[in-house]
Amino acid sequence: MVTEKDIWEYLEEVSDPEIPVLSIVDLGVLRAVKLDDENCHVTITPTYSGCPAMKMIEVQIIEKLQEKGLKNVTVDLVLSPAWTTDWLSESGRNKLREYGIAPPENEVDKSVLFAEPTVVPCPKCHSKNTKMVSQFGSTACKAHYTCNDCLEPFDYFKCLK
Amino acid sequence: MNTLFEYTIRLADDSLILGHRMSEWCGHGPILEEDIALTNIALDLVGQATSFLAYAGETEGKKRDADALAFLRFDREYKNALLVEQPNGDFGMTMMRQFLFDAFRKPLFERLQHSSDKQLAAIAEKSLKETKYHLKHSSEWVIRLGDGTEESNGRIQDALNTLWRYTPDLFYADEVDQEMQQQGIAPDMAAVYADWNATVQHVFQEATIEIPSNNWKQTGGRKGLHSEHMGHILAELQYMQRAYPNMEW
Repeated sequence: MVTEKDIWEYLEEVSDPEIPVLSIVDLGVLRAVKLDDENCHVTITPTYSGCPAMKMIEVQIIEKLQEKGLKNVTVDLVLSPAWTTDWLSESGRNKLREYGIAPPENEVDKSVLFAEPTVVPCPKCHSKNTKMVSQFGSTACKAHYTCNDCLEPFDYFKCLK
Repeated sequence: MNTLFEYTIRLADDSLILGHRMSEWCGHGPILEEDIALTNIALDLVGQATSFLAYAGETEGKKRDADALAFLRFDREYKNALLVEQPNGDFGMTMMRQFLFDAFRKPLFERLQHSSDKQLAAIAEKSLKETKYHLKHSSEWVIRLGDGTEESNGRIQDALNTLWRYTPDLFYADEVDQEMQQQGIAPDMAAVYADWNATVQHVFQEATIEIPSNNWKQTGGRKGLHSEHMGHILAELQYMQRAYPNMEW
């Protein structure tokens, strides 16, 4: 008999199509799983409103659970409570760093005008001597940084609260 | 009239049309980083539009989904403010338009996230986080350009002179807003205006640019009365669905 806990484990195998080292569980995109006889309801939330990966994540969830023998799978998208980088798991943070993406520092860059941007250590050489190139990076959830010491250009998974 | 639909479609169309305008920059940004920034902002706005349009479709109850509302209405049925449909112009014009809009959207969403309408509150809560990043970006550029060279100062001042007349349209309020406010759904626009005004005054002072003394204003967007640019936007936005109805990819 499949339990809700099993389903959470199965969904560890569904990755974010844009950051394949992270599962949707690591990312905090998977919010709830409900089993009700033969029916499985999965609730997910987007990182950013326009996140183009959501449709693909939905399809992958359905495929994964069907592969595990669940027949009636529905996926709901909820917006509230709004996703925050606080939901990124510790293992998710480590996976990001190993992949070359700096995980979110625990502060939002909320200053409106020209304040110093968040200090983000380089994921390669760990130097704190880095600079923000642009608030907006390769995907909606990332900013673009460069390391002044090892010269590595890298993505920073920006903090969202 | 379904006032909740009407109110939601106004919110949706601001995001949709400005998102479309920003997407026109794709591949044309002055530098690569800025190209990426402009299109990131476009993506956030189109995402917000999708949420608002999907909800508008639900409240309408005529089985129109977000795509049907985005692609299959006529110009008079779009209720965006006139500001967001103005052409991109140069980079200064685009940044000024974005700044005037972001400075409006942030205080609006700060209040709308406490709306008695749960779905509008949820969309506002989500969108607010994105809007803060947009406002930081656009206000810094307005200051950098204004307090920059003679050339950049002249251009950003020209942008303000051109766009200022469209700002009252953002705060246009009629019986739709009144009813929504009475129901605790929409926020008090006077309070939103006060915050907006404080932000723009502060940023323009830093940017050493001045609000034009000419107070002539142009409104009409919320009633579907648009500028000459709207038809051109829709021709491009709707082309695929009009030419190949129901196509998907």
